[in-house]
This record gives sequence, C-alpha cells and structure tokens, in this order.
Amino acid sequence: MGVFTRLGVLLASVLMVLVFVLPLWEIGLKAPQYPEGLALQIWVNKVSGDVRNINILNHYIGMAKIEQDKIPELRMFPLAFGVLIGLGILSAIINRRSLILVWCCATILFAVAGLYDFYSWEYRYGHELSEDAPMKLEDSYQPPLIGTKQLANITASSWPSGGGYAFTAAALIALSIAGFTLLGAIRRKA
Amino acid sequence: MLPIKVKRVLAKSLIALAIAAVLPHFALADSLNNLAADAAKKVYVEPGKFDDFYAFLSGGFSGQVSAYGLPSGRLLKVIPVFAVNPENGYGFSEETKQMLETSHGFVPWDDSHHPWLSQTKGEDDGRWLFINANNTPRIARIDLASFRTAEILEIPNSGGNHGSPFGTMNSEYLVASTRFAVPIPQKDVPIDSKNFAGTISFIKVDPTSGQMSVAFQLMVPGIDYDLAHCGKGPSHGWCFFTSYNSEKATNLLEVNASKNDKDFLAAVNWQEAERCVAGGKAKEVPANYVHNVYDETTHSATSTKAKTVKTLNVGDCPGMIYYVPIAKSPHGSDVDSTGEYIVGGGKLAAQITAYSFKKMQQAIADKKFAGDFEGVPVLDYASVMAGEVKKPCLGPLHTEFDGQGYAYTSCFVSSEVVKWKLGTWEVADRMSTFYSLGHLMVPGGNTMKPWGKYVLAMNKITKGRYLPTGPELNQSAQLIDISGPKMEMLLDFPTVGEPHYAQGIAADLVAKRVRKIYPLEENKHKYATITEEASKVVREGKDVHIYMTSIRSHFSPDNIQGIMVGDNVYFHVTNLEQDWDIPHGFTVLGGNTAELLLMPGETQTYKWNPTEPGVYPFYCTDFCSALHQEMQGYLEVSAAGAKTPLKWGTGKNLNAQ
Repeated sequence: MGVFTRLGVLLASVLMVLVFVLPLWEIGLKAPQYPEGLALQIWVNKVSGDVRNINILNHYIGMAKIEQDKIPELRMFPLAFGVLIGLGILSAIINRRSLILVWCCATILFAVAGLYDFYSWEYRYGHELSEDAPMKLEDSYQPPLIGTKQLANITASSWPSGGGYAFTAAALIALSIAGFTLLGAIRRKA
Repeated sequence: MLPIKVKRVLAKSLIALAIAAVLPHFALADSLNNLAADAAKKVYVEPGKFDDFYAFLSGGFSGQVSAYGLPSGRLLKVIPVFAVNPENGYGFSEETKQMLETSHGFVPWDDSHHPWLSQTKGEDDGRWLFINANNTPRIARIDLASFRTAEILEIPNSGGNHGSPFGTMNSEYLVASTRFAVPIPQKDVPIDSKNFAGTISFIKVDPTSGQMSVAFQLMVPGIDYDLAHCGKGPSHGWCFFTSYNSEKATNLLEVNASKNDKDFLAAVNWQEAERCVAGGKAKEVPANYVHNVYDETTHSATSTKAKTVKTLNVGDCPGMIYYVPIAKSPHGSDVDSTGEYIVGGGKLAAQITAYSFKKMQQAIADKKFAGDFEGVPVLDYASVMAGEVKKPCLGPLHTEFDGQGYAYTSCFVSSEVVKWKLGTWEVADRMSTFYSLGHLMVPGGNTMKPWGKYVLAMNKITKGRYLPTGPELNQSAQLIDISGPKMEMLLDFPTVGEPHYAQGIAADLVAKRVRKIYPLEENKHKYATITEEASKVVREGKDVHIYMTSIRSHFSPDNIQGIMVGDNVYFHVTNLEQDWDIPHGFTVLGGNTAELLLMPGETQTYKWNPTEPGVYPFYCTDFCSALHQEMQGYLEVSAAGAKTPLKWGTGKNLNAQ
C-alpha cells in the first residue's frame, strides 16, 4: 500500500491515543437556576463532572443514577481502543493490505457500534423511569444524541468532546482508506 | 372707582406676579427631582449585578457583624459572632456551643464594637475580619472565605475590651486596651480603693492560619482606655490609644471624669515592648482565659483554657509608652493614610487635634516632657501638636481619611460629617446626617490606600426617618458620595443592632476567596456519615448516636424506633449535597434547642432528650427542593425500660418480615 495510506493509518492510530487524555463526549444542562450550568463528561473509562448534582436532579423524574461502575463499556472501551491502536500501528509497519483493511473495518464498526451504544444508554435513561418517581412526565426525558433539546426550562446539549472528535477523525480516515482501496480493487477488475 | 384700563393693568400684573411667584417653585421641585434621580442612579445596582464594596458593620448590642453591599445598601448577611443565633444553630449545636465558652462559663451575648480587616503592607487583604467584645473581653476572628467566626480569644486581666482590635499594618498584632480599670489580679477591695489598673494587650496573629494568641500585656495606669489605631509607614511599630477619666473616678463619671481639661493619648512603642519581652523583662503571671477555635474540617469548635500570661511593667521597659495631652474625654484615635498624623477627637471640646509622629519622635529624643503620670512620661503638647481644626463642629468623635489629603470627622452633638484638609486644618465642607452619628467609615479609610469614594455615616437616632415601628427603632447608615469637592448624600438604610464602626473593602478582594461548599472528602467530623448507605443508629448506654444523612429530598434513616424516655439522643446530621446554596435544616418536635442549618458537606449535631413516650416527627427546615415539604421522618419513643428493639431504616416498614 502507498506511503500515504500507511501514514494515514499511523495518524489515525495516534489520534485514537487522545481518547485516553480527553473526554469522548460532553452533555450539558443550562437553566436560569443553574447560571453556571451542569456538565457531564464521558471518557473512555469514566464519567466526570457534576454527576452528583445531575443525579439529584434526575431523581425527581425517576431516572436511574448515572454510576460509572454500572456501565461495563467503561471497562471494555480502553481495551478495544488499545487493540485498535496496536493493530493500526502494526499494520502500518508491516504494510499488509489485508491487515490494513481489517483495521479499517474494525475501526468503522467500532465507531458505529459505539454511537449506537451511546444512543441506547440515553434511551434507557430517558425511558426506563422508576415507578416511584415523585414526578411523572408525559414525554420521555431522553437527552439528545447530538445537538440541543429543550426539557422544561432546561436546555440539554450533547456534543462530542476532544477525544470524540479525535476518534471521529480516525474513523473517517479508516473509512476513506477502505473506500479508496475498494474503489481501486473495483477499477482494477474492470 | 378706578378706570377700567387701570383695573385691567392691575389684574394683569397680579397674574404676572402670581406666575413669577409660582414658577421658581416648579423649577426648584424639578431640580430636587433631578438631584434625587442622580443620587438614585449612583446607588442603583441592577438585579443580578454586584456591589463595588463589602461593608462590614459591627452589631453593637446585637453581638454580631452584618455585611452590606455598597453603594446599594443591600444586607448580604448577618454573621453570628458573640451572640447565639438560633437561625443557623450557632451557639446551640454541640459543635458550636464551645465558641461562646469563657472563663465565666457559657456567655450567649456580647456587645461587638470595632471590626478591623486584616492588612498586608498597610492595605486590606480580605482574609479575616477581627472584632472585639466589649463586655466579656474577647476578640473574634471571622474567616472571610466562609463568613463564619473561626476563633474567639478571651483577653485576661481586662475589665472591658473597648479599644480593640485595631491591628498593625501587616496584622502582626491586634491590640486590646481596658475600658474599665479594675483590680489586677481581680480581688475583693472597696470600689474607692484607688488602686485599679489597666492593661494594653498585644495579640499575635499567625500570618498563615490567622490564629491569635496573647503575646504580652502592658500593665498601665488604671485610666479608661477608649479607642485605638496602630501606626503605618513611618509610624509602624507604634499604636495610639485615647483614654478618658484621668481623674480615675469610680462614680458619676459624666461629672467626675470631666473635670480635667486634658486627658491622655497613649503612644505605645510595641517594637520596644517586644524587645523588652525578648530580653526577659516580662513576668509570667497566673491568668484565666479561654481560647475557642472552630475547625472547618472537623466542623467542630475546641475550647482550651490558658493559665498564664506575660506582663510587662512600665518601669521595667522605659521608652515603651508615653502619654500625650489631648482635649478632654476624646474618642477616636485615627492615623492618616501617610502614617504621619494621629488625629484625636475631643468629644467634649469643639476641637480636633492632629499630632505629628515626626514631632513626637523629636520630643522623645529631646526629652520634652511636661511631667509624668504614674511613671509614664507625659509629652509636651505644643511640641507634638501638628495642627488644630478650630471649631469644626460639636462633639467630634472619629475620623477617617480618603487618601487625597482630606479627613472626615463624625460630630455626634451637631449631627454632621465635617470634611477638612490635612496640613491646612481648614474645614472644606460639611454634611448633616439624621441623626447623631457616632462613627463613620471610608472604604479602606484606616489603611495606607483608601478607596475613598464614599463615607458611610452610622447614626444612633432615627426617629421620624422611617415608618414607625413602636418605641424601639432601628439605627441607620447614610451613604455620602465624597468623590467630588462637595459631599453628596446618596442613600439611607436601617442597620442591624448598633454599629460602632465599620470596614469597607473592594468586593473582588473578598469575593474571589469565598468558598461555596465543604467537600465531603475533607469532612473529618467524628460522627460524619459520608454516604447514605453508612447511615445508622448506635446505642451506647443512655446515649443514642444517630448517624444521619440529608439529601434532596429525604433523611436517612427516616424511621427510627427503640429510643427510650431518658435517653440522650444525638442527631449527627451530614448534608450530602455538594452543590452551592443547597442547605438542609433539621429539627424534631419538642426539641429544647435551635434547629441545625447544614451547608453542603457539613456535619452538625442536635441533642435531644425525649421526656414522654410517643411518635415524634422530624423535618427539614430549609426549603431545599420541590419535595422539601416531604422531607420528614418519624422517631418512636418508648417508656424507659420498654422492650422496643432499636431499629432504623429509610423508605421501609421497620417491622416488616
């Protein structure tokens, strides 16, 4: 494979190292009674920020507590990223086409699955509200997957953070490499 | 009969006259409205916006300190210091009761007089506020990170601590001088035995922790020391105390202490006194005083007793104290921002005297003494006087400075603020106040760098100034703009208690250090409960310790049984919140104490002795959340010796299988 492809794989792998030092995603809540806002950062292995205060707010409507120990993904993700980074660097060095393609597919699949997983957690938090909730809501209280959403006088926002952007870039690189390789193969056949 | 023409002319001129007479009134009313609108604009702080200054006013007989915002005059907080405060449990909870311990036992009240902000290099640093208790002699330190009383130190060998705390320019020392001469050490002697003494104490302040300790006491003639200020810049190393009653009268002082034409300003060279103490000239004598310190990690006060104090006699340390004659019965002793002038108000004389520190040093070097008073050299008045403000007003009490060369003196009898110029000693302006101000305050006005801008006059009398509230009326403060050549009255607001002095400081110096919560991981209270799962009830004989938590919107445990009549029940409540401004309260039916008001992350203890069997509700007293009203629980009290097992739980039926 060309030197640009190998460099691309290497760059994507290095970008993925950033998920260990920057949060993947950030959920924010803003309201007049919270002038400084409340924020929750989702990392590859933990959740941080105003978790305690968000949980206290959420308990009014019976939303489950956000507890990092109850999210198994936070233990699996570091391992998965480790494998992707290792595999990427290895395939860039030994430069075997099949290995590079395997890496591309794995990275893309992991990105899609990760996003779906995030959505399903949000869905569960927003819909599986406790029967004992002091306040019953007519609508679901699911936070947005990406973008902002108005819930009563609270503006909830959800955006990728540093690590999330780095991983998105890595996945786009993988997608481009896979796409060009596939396109090349089709051309050669034709 | 006048001709028609003349009549018309007369009528026209009458109308013209009437118009001429009425018009200026409209114009005047208009300009008054404009003035009021101008003043209103200067004190208007938009909702959600902050004031430029914090003002800390003593509460006098309220025993507390109140914090106001200036220029709006908004009351921000009343800080409990020397008096119990049922509103937040100060002096009632098991942890805060010790703060009010003294050598006379628990004292629930005092008369708090003079707040003084800690200084670094002669400027307010916004770390601590010190204040004296006049009646049972003490000094308190308020931590301005939490706006709470962090420490109270009793002053031994004192019959009333009025001239205090007025510290030095780097907060090396605070002072405490005795208002009432008494036998030292105390003993039963006839009141007219004429051998009473006074003390001037120097209180060391630890530069990092702020903790106070009595460094040494000067044994001084038993006249009545009144107010004080310490030197700065060139006069650093000295403190100046006014006094009255050089007659040493013990009865009908209003007559018998007003006989001598002059009283004394005591000039104390504390660096000389330090040298004498270091040189072994001080005596360690028996004393009895109490030191109370509040720890914000254990959320508890500890009270320790001290048994000795170092004293220094005038004769053993020549050069540490001089008296300067001053117009009789003075009040304020105020050092200007350059540190050169010491201004003493002659309360009963229509005169303000400024002394020169330079001249004082020269007079001491040249031994220009006019005699001595009980061993203290008295300096010659003419040799040390820098200038006199002649007939400024009636009853000049206390002076502050704007740093621009002007001084502002409060005049009690003529009820006005007089602005005069240092150096020329001429009156520049005067402003009436309503009525009878005692003290006044310029933000930073006793430091080397006053902010100027305002004078806050603190009035003793307000009859007819506000809507009436029966015989007992509030006292008031009036805010005066001093940024122009003419003083301008801006605002008038009632105060808490009777302010005897105040301190003002640029808001950001304090605001940037303010704490928001107590982190749970730093909570070292012996009975803290850091998680709801850890809440429990433990019986130790007759003592029952309830390790309770509060979080929006329930207590844990919220049902308790097995408490007996005659038990000592201790509710150790920890507020698990970690968000700013989410306090929880706690109280129980029939409790013989004040509520607890718990800040986020704080633990406090409510002691309860149930006397009758029954079911007792407890609840949260602070509207903490939408479900605050539901934040309640029950406690079952059985007769003494009953077999009810000790059980507790949260959100469950205790007797279910």
